[in-house]
Amino acid sequence: MIEALQNVFWILIFPGFLFTVVLGLVACWIVRKVSALVQWRVGPPLFQPFYDIMKLMGKETLIPQDAQRTVFLVAPLVGLAGVLLLSTMLWRITITQTAFVGDIIVAIYLMVLPSLALILGSSASASPHATIGTSREMKLVMGYELPLVLAFIVVIIKTGGQLNLAAIAEHTPALSISGMLAFLAALLCIQAKLGFVPFDIAESETEVASGIIIEYSGVLLAVWKVMQAMMLVALPLFLVMVFLGGFGTTGWPLIWGTGKYVFVLVLLILIKNTNPRLRIDQAMKFFWVYCGIALVVAIILASIGSSYGINWL
Amino acid sequence: MSWKMWSLKKSVWVFHVNTGACNNCDIEIVNLLTPKYDVERFGIKLVGSPRHADALLVTGVVTAQAAPRLREVYRQTAKPCVVFAIGACACETGIFNGAYHVVGPVDKIIREVDPNAIIAYVPGCPPKPEAMISGVVKALSVL
Repeated sequence: MIEALQNVFWILIFPGFLFTVVLGLVACWIVRKVSALVQWRVGPPLFQPFYDIMKLMGKETLIPQDAQRTVFLVAPLVGLAGVLLLSTMLWRITITQTAFVGDIIVAIYLMVLPSLALILGSSASASPHATIGTSREMKLVMGYELPLVLAFIVVIIKTGGQLNLAAIAEHTPALSISGMLAFLAALLCIQAKLGFVPFDIAESETEVASGIIIEYSGVLLAVWKVMQAMMLVALPLFLVMVFLGGFGTTGWPLIWGTGKYVFVLVLLILIKNTNPRLRIDQAMKFFWVYCGIALVVAIILASIGSSYGINWL
Repeated sequence: MSWKMWSLKKSVWVFHVNTGACNNCDIEIVNLLTPKYDVERFGIKLVGSPRHADALLVTGVVTAQAAPRLREVYRQTAKPCVVFAIGACACETGIFNGAYHVVGPVDKIIREVDPNAIIAYVPGCPPKPEAMISGVVKALSVL
């Protein structure tokens, strides 16, 4: 009984839902503030994302007449559940060091869930703009999943065949040539997963009017926004754990880990602010051809390095 | 004041509807987002879909072609929402008053859909960005 209550506490309050949402909304504010500073503006106040979510909670929720109601309503919750599981898992591994073999594979699956939910929800919303957004999102998912998995294979080779996130987080693969290549490729894939600018093809506000989430309003839109905020915590955290040697829970390792997280976040924001949007075919070509070739080279370097014991390769 | 209205004032997402404007007011609206005025300081953000919007910025006399679209956009907007009639044309049809293609100022068309709609007027040809910010502040303070 006590254990069940403790698990509920883990999922709903401390490292799970509440904590991640608050952290994610602060991360949202960092994104908007840094973007504003890059553009020489002042930017929104710290509590702006909280006001936004609160306002959306109080608005009317419209459901389009031709929409497939059940899927339209359930899809945001599916996405939220996926990110919630992912972030709870990552925090739990960080805090208690209790991991199970193969959890990196589970994490890869859970990371696809939000995109899948977006595809489901937008295709159920019966809007031509959403349909275009859906098709682009599907192509983008196919584009970035391959290099992302290849980048994790590089890490698995570098850490001597570890499939356990707590064990992987003790290494720092980014300190070698192959690991650095893999980190950069994975960073760009995360950029696409978050829907940030060079890869915000599915959501492009200027052409398809925020495509995939065009028909969502009120509470359902708030759920999408909360989901995106949580992804802003979970995905950079995952990168930090896999490539940059993880997070500590006390003293200097905690501060150092937070620094690494903010570094990854600011890198994402700077890429977001200095690039124009790609077309979907350019994005596919970028991920499959350029990232693919770079990662194949990285895998070869990593295998040579691990079989001859050269750590910097 | 309920928490709904309080949070609405803190974060107003606007959707821009052009119902036959000459593009002058539209440029001034976009001017609000530039570093000089930066309305994101107050949580005002331009969004791409009326479903996400809390305020409709309507520019231009409503032409016969645009009127059904304006009604539709108003119906699609999630309530509660505010309508801003930006510019002389949108407020009172301006120099196009009585022309063959004009079916009326913005408030007339909006009131056909919803008689209790909240409509704020910002006159000027085009109104200065400062005037628009002042209009938004006044409209939000009476909500």
